[in-house]
Amino acid sequence: MRVLAAALFACWVICSEATLRAQSLSEIVSTHSQAIAKSSRKTIQPAIDALVASKLPNVEFMLVQWRAKALWLNKSTNAIIAVQDKRMIDLDTQSDLGPFEKAGFKQIKPNSGVRNLISGALVAFQLNAPDIAMRKAALASIRRNEDPAYLPLLEQSLELETDPALVAEKQQLVHLLTLKYGQSVEVRLTAIAAIGGSLDVEVRGALNPLLATRRTYATALPDDANIAKVLVPGQNGFSTQKAYQLLVAGGEAAAQPSLEQIKQALIDNIDGGRIGGVPIAQLDDPAARMKAYGALAQAGLVPAQISQSAIDATVSNFSFFDQYLEPDPQITAAAQAALKAISYRVSLSNMIDILLDAISLASIYFLAAIGLAITFGVMGVINMAHGEFIMMGAYTGYVLQQIVPDETLSILLAVPTAFAVTFCAGVVMERLVIRWLYNRPLETLLATFGISIALQQMAKNIFGTQARPLTSPDWLGGAWMINDVVSISFIRIAIFVLALIFLALFLFIMKRTRLGLETRAVTQNSQMAALMGINPDRVNMLTFGLGSGIAGIAGVAIGLYAKVTSEMGNDYIVQSFMTVVVGGVGNIWGSLAGAAMVGFLQKGIEWFNPSNTLAAQTYMILFIIIFIQFRPRGIIALKGRAAGD
Amino acid sequence: MTSFKIPPSALIFLSGLAIFTIIVSVLSEGMGGGVISTSFIKTIGKTLCLCLAAIAMDLVWGYCGILSLGHFAFFGLGGYMIGMWLMYARTETIVATSMAQAEIPPTPQEVIEGVGTQIFGVVGSSEFPMIWAVADSLFLQLILVVALPGALAFLFGWLAFRSRVTGVYLSILTQAFTLALSLYLFQNESGLRGNNGLSGLQNLPYVSAGQDQVALWFLWGSAAALGGGYLLISFIVGGKFGSVIRAIRDNEARVRFLGYQVEHYKLAIFTVTACIAGIAGALYYPQAGIVNPAEMAPIASIYLAVWVAIGGRGRIYGAVIGAAFVSLLSTWFTGGQAPDLSLGFGVIKWVDWWQVLLGVSFVLVTLFAPKGIGGLFDLNFMKRR
Repeated sequence: MRVLAAALFACWVICSEATLRAQSLSEIVSTHSQAIAKSSRKTIQPAIDALVASKLPNVEFMLVQWRAKALWLNKSTNAIIAVQDKRMIDLDTQSDLGPFEKAGFKQIKPNSGVRNLISGALVAFQLNAPDIAMRKAALASIRRNEDPAYLPLLEQSLELETDPALVAEKQQLVHLLTLKYGQSVEVRLTAIAAIGGSLDVEVRGALNPLLATRRTYATALPDDANIAKVLVPGQNGFSTQKAYQLLVAGGEAAAQPSLEQIKQALIDNIDGGRIGGVPIAQLDDPAARMKAYGALAQAGLVPAQISQSAIDATVSNFSFFDQYLEPDPQITAAAQAALKAISYRVSLSNMIDILLDAISLASIYFLAAIGLAITFGVMGVINMAHGEFIMMGAYTGYVLQQIVPDETLSILLAVPTAFAVTFCAGVVMERLVIRWLYNRPLETLLATFGISIALQQMAKNIFGTQARPLTSPDWLGGAWMINDVVSISFIRIAIFVLALIFLALFLFIMKRTRLGLETRAVTQNSQMAALMGINPDRVNMLTFGLGSGIAGIAGVAIGLYAKVTSEMGNDYIVQSFMTVVVGGVGNIWGSLAGAAMVGFLQKGIEWFNPSNTLAAQTYMILFIIIFIQFRPRGIIALKGRAAGD
Repeated sequence: MTSFKIPPSALIFLSGLAIFTIIVSVLSEGMGGGVISTSFIKTIGKTLCLCLAAIAMDLVWGYCGILSLGHFAFFGLGGYMIGMWLMYARTETIVATSMAQAEIPPTPQEVIEGVGTQIFGVVGSSEFPMIWAVADSLFLQLILVVALPGALAFLFGWLAFRSRVTGVYLSILTQAFTLALSLYLFQNESGLRGNNGLSGLQNLPYVSAGQDQVALWFLWGSAAALGGGYLLISFIVGGKFGSVIRAIRDNEARVRFLGYQVEHYKLAIFTVTACIAGIAGALYYPQAGIVNPAEMAPIASIYLAVWVAIGGRGRIYGAVIGAAFVSLLSTWFTGGQAPDLSLGFGVIKWVDWWQVLLGVSFVLVTLFAPKGIGGLFDLNFMKRR
């Protein structure tokens, strides 16, 4: 008998050992086969958990195949196998089971929610995968589904990591997860201190929730709560009304009926041409309405209005405060300090960004305005068709891009071609029209305006009203990102460089060539220059051509980053005028100063009122009008006898 | 002060204008003539208002030498001021009638809120901005029609003339000023409905007459305003004041050395012409039906200068001729009524090419006929002598 009992006991032990022994992978899979076959994000978690908990060596393989939709369910046996290259693969052993026939099998297709969960489960395996792309994908999926369980896994894999960029990324992720889910206050404080100065949006995104508050009330201020701010009704925008509404929401007080509700209540209680004893016709007076409502309230038909003194009394019985959802005050203090430091750096970076934008804008205005400044300085002619020369240059670039398919070559060719085309157009205009109108600046303005509208209409007829694109070559695309906040596109840098080149070129022509000498002479005193043997007519013609040519090149540059339409000249003509008027004429440094001032002013005003370029331009123009009071001739004005207008 | 004698050209003009108005009215649909359609009556009325703006421009440029390329801004502002009252009163009538259908009569506050939602719903707000504070009073808005352009002109002119900004610089500044104004009005926060502008202005509140009658009233009003403006300007340029003005145009420095306060004269002329332009705008836009910031673009003021130049500056009737001629021609060409010109190798569709013709003819007029069409009268009269 005892032998039998011992044998049974031994059997039982052996059997329970057998059950305690881990199930094989296919056994686990078949247990959950129904759930796996018809998987949905809400029901699949137990299956995944069971798979991961089993710690079997082939779980990773199975999960990967599952995610890749390579698992097939045998409809008769309810077994699941993987299929690769049309061969059946056993899940337990990864051995080849033979060729795959679709008949009798159903493909298991997890939806994206399930795939995300699978990815989450795979993270643990992939964090240490040999392939960098897989490790990056694992990090991305951790970011998507944050879970404190990943923290120990991440810390482990951090020590094994070899790639320096990934080390930094993993370190940051560890800090971000720690400060949210860390076990102790010290650990979290260390994490906050560690990521302190980073401008990364993720960091701000992780710190901000730590400072989330809840507005609440209590009969007395609690000592142990982490209070952000104590609110006093009637101060700092927290009105007694708002305090009362908090109490109403919490059920401590009766609601104060709004004007709309009062009106609705009055309408609901119309009684034979009167409401609350007041005839309807008198109810266009707010005082009469209150009286009627009061009568209704006394009769008990509507909730009574609560007097202001009652509201004040109720409110004074409570304390109101904003409470941090995070209970530990050390953490909130540290988070606040970190955010403050970060926002200081962010606004500094913003300023640098705007500075760069302003420099770029100034260089564009400079390019657009040099031509105008040259012609006005030398000839006293304001060319209202200047905007149209810019447009002509842009359209020349467009036409050239249609003919020459290679982008870099076409832009390189477009610059001198645009110069040539607009140079000729300027010379023609000068010979035909402007020559007869010297010393009559107002008439010149009007005549050039006539040419301007004719040119605009012709461009509209030839090229149509749609915007034509000027594609920039690939190496000019993209932007230079200094950090998360500050960036500047390469095209703008190119325009800035172009403006500098032109400045240098212009200075060279003016100071070192014969033409420059003659131009300066004619600017200062054209009669005296004529007496010295300089032909002012020829100088005027060439100068006008030069100014128009530069406008053409500016057109190509502007066309690269803005759209090319027949009306693009209008956008730049007034700004060019402003640059010339503010900077003063006759001097390239004046144009530079003018363009800098106009560009910086516009961007500066935009900083105060972001993304509102219309307001910025308005205020800039007003500022310039006032500026002219103090320096009517511009920043750098011509001096001397010839400077009398 | 010598008594004011109406110059003969003014008499001829005024009588011509009167006869023209009477003939047009009799032939119109509103009075039963049926020959001239109401829309054409409106076009004539609008042209008369543009002529009034043009003679104001002539006064400030042709007689005083200040090429102001921003006077159309004052025209538009006048339109906005009267438009505010028209919109408010009309919306108030509509809202009050619809609210009176409700179970209980509305309080004045509710009516105002209803009007606000109607007017400003299109820009997403329902409160009245501060500048609409007196929009419910016709009298005050009419004063604003004259006062607001006048005040802005006074401020701008004082700043500009005080620092002796002249010539091309001044023209550029006026362009900048009108650009700033139109940009400001394009924003929704300006309180004037942004680029939607004020609409429905042809529907007069408190008046039940049809559009034919209303068009005729505005025609008579525009003609009267033009006649009155013509007389006023003849008066201004007729006496000693006018002589000083013309002297400033011809040689400002010399006038200053003779002891006259040149800035005061210029400021006076600038402000008066701005007020006249405002009145012209207030008569124009109810006939047009809508006023929006695109109307006050810098180019509109330049067109004003184009009309005066083509018509002949320095003569009041020249400005009238220029404005009438060019704007009617422009409407005719861009309206598609001009016959297409076929040139053998292609057809010129005037809708597309009118602007080119305008630009080229403007250049030609500036180069070869600086006195404009009015110069033709000179030839005529000189032959007689």
